[in-house]
Amino acid sequence: MTSLTAATAARSSASSEHSLVVEDLRVHYDTPEGVIKAVDGVSLALKPGERLALVGESGSGKSTLAMALMRLTKAPGRIVAGHIYLGGKDITLLEEPEMRQLRLNEIALVPQGAMNSLNPVMRVKHQIIDGILDHVADRKQTPDSHELEERVNRLLARVGLSPEVGRMFPHELSGGMKQRVAMAIAISLSPRVIVADEPTSALDVVVQRQIMQTLGRLQQGLDAAVILIGHDMGLVAQFANRVGVMYAGKLVELGPVQQIFTEPLHPYTKLLIESLPNLEEKKKFIGIPGLPPTLLRLPSGCVFHPRCPSFIKGTCETVAPHYQEVRPERETSCHLYAGVRA
Amino acid sequence: MTEIVVERPSGTSAAARRMRFAQRFFVAVVGNYVFRRVLFFLFVVWLASTVIFIIPRLSGQDPVKEKLLLEAQRGGHLQSGFEDMARTYQKRFGLDRPIWIQYRNFILDLAQFDLGPSIAFFPRTVNDILMDSLVWTIGLLGTVTILSFVIGTLSGALLGWPRAPGYFKYLFGPLLTLSAIPFYLLALLLVFLFAFRFSIFPLFGGYGIGKVPDFSLDFALQVLRHAILPAMSIILASIGFWALGMRGMMVTMQGSDFMVQAEAKGLKAGRIFLRYALRNALLPQTTALALSLGTVLTGAVLVEVVFRYPGLGNTLYQAIRLSDFFIIRGFVFAVIVSLALATLIVDITYPLLDPRVKYRKG
Repeated sequence: MTSLTAATAARSSASSEHSLVVEDLRVHYDTPEGVIKAVDGVSLALKPGERLALVGESGSGKSTLAMALMRLTKAPGRIVAGHIYLGGKDITLLEEPEMRQLRLNEIALVPQGAMNSLNPVMRVKHQIIDGILDHVADRKQTPDSHELEERVNRLLARVGLSPEVGRMFPHELSGGMKQRVAMAIAISLSPRVIVADEPTSALDVVVQRQIMQTLGRLQQGLDAAVILIGHDMGLVAQFANRVGVMYAGKLVELGPVQQIFTEPLHPYTKLLIESLPNLEEKKKFIGIPGLPPTLLRLPSGCVFHPRCPSFIKGTCETVAPHYQEVRPERETSCHLYAGVRA
Repeated sequence: MTEIVVERPSGTSAAARRMRFAQRFFVAVVGNYVFRRVLFFLFVVWLASTVIFIIPRLSGQDPVKEKLLLEAQRGGHLQSGFEDMARTYQKRFGLDRPIWIQYRNFILDLAQFDLGPSIAFFPRTVNDILMDSLVWTIGLLGTVTILSFVIGTLSGALLGWPRAPGYFKYLFGPLLTLSAIPFYLLALLLVFLFAFRFSIFPLFGGYGIGKVPDFSLDFALQVLRHAILPAMSIILASIGFWALGMRGMMVTMQGSDFMVQAEAKGLKAGRIFLRYALRNALLPQTTALALSLGTVLTGAVLVEVVFRYPGLGNTLYQAIRLSDFFIIRGFVFAVIVSLALATLIVDITYPLLDPRVKYRKG
């Protein structure tokens, strides 16, 4: 297989052009019942300033992927194969102390549950400051308290919070404010890549929109690449440049947001978009038949074949489709496009 | 009069803000929360005192007559003026007055921390006797409780910390075993081994026989030598308790979102351990510490008896043997006060440790 996939494209230009390149990443959980392949051969590449959204049902491996990108995969999970290039450096090979330096500095996380992601017994400003302090390369360059205070206030202002918030404890903040604090922490060292793992879950719709706008503004200011993980297609459509669809640990389709919504290629993406409620026309609500597979016993061949309406007998249940570029900027893994090459 | 407007530079405005904060703090906290807590504390002490006033009187025994009978038995015959003598003593102790007068006097005396005379060691007062032994108990048990809290909590924190050196996990078994052994059994074992078999430490007492307590270095060293075995028996038995509680809390902390976020922030391991994991896991531990400090007085009656340590426990043991109701009552009163005081301290300090707990009305 020598088609021009993201992986091969990445290898050629991993260092210069891209902020983040993921190559055939596999994250498995070893459980007594067997190996769970939560992320199973995902490849993608991000340029500076790009916004990529990853969507998929619960258990499709989105959050596992996000944690792997931070290299925070916890036992029994482990990265079994693949490479993650962050600014040209393969972080899967780094020792933990080096990786620690890169977190927040190069790659930052905007967490899922902002409600509980702040330390309940520390004032907000100290939670911003400690990240800065622990990344001071040279002890002599440690900023003094006045300078730190100043930096905290600037960061808070950038996420739309007043300096008073710095003196507060997390429980005194609303959900939206906590999420803003989490964003202020994430941008405190101007990272190259921001991983936003469902940053708006547990927030109401109005606040969701504000948070996404703030995140977008911050990202533009830093020219950082953002990976937005979520399952809210509407939110994704408004925010992202490109969308990747995940199913059972695999990336089944990736393409520009406009094209994904108007002309989805993979049958799963099609069903996902058809299932969205529409404001203009009143129609019957359509779901996707069947259930997502358990990751312990994946279907043979294409993992989606038991639920697929365009199932090709004799092929789909035996042969796993290759993930390939089938049109310019459009990648998918589906036998329907097996003969098509970009 | 012209109004003088002072332009404050930013430095003083911060000071002024602190001042205002302090004022608000005073009004909100002292005016409400602490005041209510103190009232509640006094109420508890009063209620418990009333109970300890009533209960001995329900027993139907007459402590004065008991004591006199005991003496008479020892003397071999009942003197002729026995009834008169009993009445005289009862009058002296105020036991001939109507019950409500007795109660009123009792409460008034308690309010002045006057616990009355001892029966067994008359004319010494209960205050005198309790004070003498209180120093020993608080000195030994206070120190030991805090020591075992610190050692136990730290080892528990390291037991529950995935990145701690591997050999720490071997601590778990011994700690679990030790925490299951009652400390008086441990005390017997230690006495047998280190005082009887190998005479490293003295068998019993708080200081050498024939010594008069003074403030010399020699005496201090003696006290220390005598304290080691009783202290060890309690420390060994209780660090397991602290360690297991702390370990459980640390494990719970690992799963929380703010720990993941602390790692995602790329913080140094030491900071995550101290400021994030340990700091949060410590909250329930401190409550337990305050409560166990409250039970210091009763904590080691058995250990004191085993070592014949001149502390409260030993005094109580003697008082029970001599059925000295007044000392027993004084002891119970001291226990009540110290427990209620510990609870009061927890109530007042907890909001300082955990900002989510507010000083609020009610």
